[in-house]
Amino acid sequence: MSAPLLAVSGLAKHFAVTRGFLRARHVGLVRAVDGVSFSINRGETLALVGESGCGKSTTGRLVLRLIDTTAGAIRFQSEDITRVTGTPLRRLRREMQIVFQDPYASLNPRMTVADILGEPLALHGIAAGAERAGRVQELLAVVGLSPHHAVRYPHEFSGGQRQRIGIARAIATEPKLIVADEPVSALDVSIRAQVINLMIDLRERLGLSYLFISHDLAVVHHLADRVAVMYRGRIVEHGAKTSVFATPRHPYTRALLAAALPPAATHGALRPAIQGDAPGNDAGGPGCGFAPRCPFAQARCHSEAPDESDAGATQRVSCHYWDQLPEARRGAYGPATESDRARLASLQQAFHRPTRSSTIAAAHEGGQA
Amino acid sequence: MSGTVATAPTLPATPAAETLRRANAFQRLLRRPAAMLGLVVVLAFIVIAAGAPWIAPYDPAATSWSAIRKAPSFAHWMGTDELGRDAMSRLIWGARASMLAGVVSVAIALALGVPLGLVAGYAGGWTDAAISRFTDALLACPFLILAIAMAAFLGPSLTNAMIAIGVSAMPIFIRLTRGQVLAVKVEDYVEAARAVGNPHARILLRHILPNIVPPLIVQATLTIASAIVAESSLSFLGLGQQPPAPSWGSMLNTARNFMTQAPWLAFWPGVTICVVVFAFNLLGDGLRDALDPKEG
Repeated sequence: MSAPLLAVSGLAKHFAVTRGFLRARHVGLVRAVDGVSFSINRGETLALVGESGCGKSTTGRLVLRLIDTTAGAIRFQSEDITRVTGTPLRRLRREMQIVFQDPYASLNPRMTVADILGEPLALHGIAAGAERAGRVQELLAVVGLSPHHAVRYPHEFSGGQRQRIGIARAIATEPKLIVADEPVSALDVSIRAQVINLMIDLRERLGLSYLFISHDLAVVHHLADRVAVMYRGRIVEHGAKTSVFATPRHPYTRALLAAALPPAATHGALRPAIQGDAPGNDAGGPGCGFAPRCPFAQARCHSEAPDESDAGATQRVSCHYWDQLPEARRGAYGPATESDRARLASLQQAFHRPTRSSTIAAAHEGGQA
Repeated sequence: MSGTVATAPTLPATPAAETLRRANAFQRLLRRPAAMLGLVVVLAFIVIAAGAPWIAPYDPAATSWSAIRKAPSFAHWMGTDELGRDAMSRLIWGARASMLAGVVSVAIALALGVPLGLVAGYAGGWTDAAISRFTDALLACPFLILAIAMAAFLGPSLTNAMIAIGVSAMPIFIRLTRGQVLAVKVEDYVEAARAVGNPHARILLRHILPNIVPPLIVQATLTIASAIVAESSLSFLGLGQQPPAPSWGSMLNTARNFMTQAPWLAFWPGVTICVVVFAFNLLGDGLRDALDPKEG
């Protein structure tokens, strides 16, 4: 096994809350990301899941070096990139790219598609002149858009098409890693499958690795190899997708799955669901971050932060009592009744549609824009 | 939004049709009647200013004791002023000073203010604090007082008046630009530009600047009006256009003394300033829309 493509250890980002004019006083600290470690192998997809504000998007931006880290280390292709700046950083940008959540905000409204896609090619000296135009056409074809779309502006496209342009921009430099920050959550449900299939297809064709940030467990289940669950700036559980979905160990993971599953599958120990809002990611007490909302919390949880422990061969969990919790139903992720099963089957069919037809569907979608 | 026509659900546009449909900003400007009216008026005044020696019926500085404050007549279409000079000739010659004062001083304000605002908004931190406090200090002085002080310091001439007006108008543009940059730089597409590997200068000029142009154009057209009036105030104080050379502002200022006896002296320069300012506003609005690709 060679070294992972991306290895992150102890990654932290703290935002100081300051007040005052001439002499800024620190009045608080938001621990948006607080000691996160994970790695991604070549061709692998790691899904980062968690609720809003848990720090998953911040993690993605830290990895891309779009914001500076407070602590921890990021190694990309065995090279420490935590503090890289200037020209080496710009060179690094070629290797890792981002797909944004909101396709309506992520494309410059004053640039044509040809400019948007041609820019990375120009910046990294990949192609110039007619060759660049040709590459732009290729990129459009790869993501299922027509060559004549190149002269158009972003506002002339639908959300799904815009996201395809965003993906085309991300793959323009032939990167190795793409951070996908909720790439489908702003899209219509009907378009999601197409975009997800495109991303899977590109992963296979270009050997991409994804850091896939999402709160949509159905999408994660469909596309990820491994899953990391974040809560208040920390990873509370991570492991192979199959084992995390089949045997969620951390109470938060259980609650997350329970909230996303059809009711019949959530019987028994996945309940009770958690209550209340997540406290902010500011400096809390010494205990487990989840303790205030945890249905199984005990005295120790409030005073002592849990370490990570192995829960099976491919799974790690940060909970004192993970092995003493009531058993969660095995294979819980799945429909229970016959009608649920039929609905899921038709949904999965939509997901598994081969890329060729999804391209046609995209063209169709374009016609309706 | 007319731009969506080509993406209607019928046949996908062929590449050739697509190219035909693309209008550049200038062509889009040509399609706007109001903007065209503004453009025509502005161009007309530029022609008048440039061709003043051939168009003006009289020497604008020639006085006549026999024609003092005469009402408009066939000999003097716009009447004569308190020294018996032909008002129309002075208006035509005054176009030079006034158009220059309006356009050049705003160009100076833009050339200084926009880069400072861009840097302040984008860099943040101490750079921003320094530029912003400097701007606040300038804004604390009233526009005209600042212009007068600066013109007095530079010495009386039209050129110095334009510089003084331009510098005095600059803080508005710094502040406006900075605010717009702050709003735009948090957009995803700016972050995307960074992620793709753009250098800072290119992010500023290619990704941020084009998206903050509309309010700048509006502000610039409004400032042209203030600049023309400011030049008149400076002339009145002897700091702008030097007598006997005319400018609309100085004509208006002198005419104020004879409002009851010779109202036409105030009427013509007043109307002319209004028309020119209105034309610049129309042109600015049209330009703003034409530069927006969404306007098809």
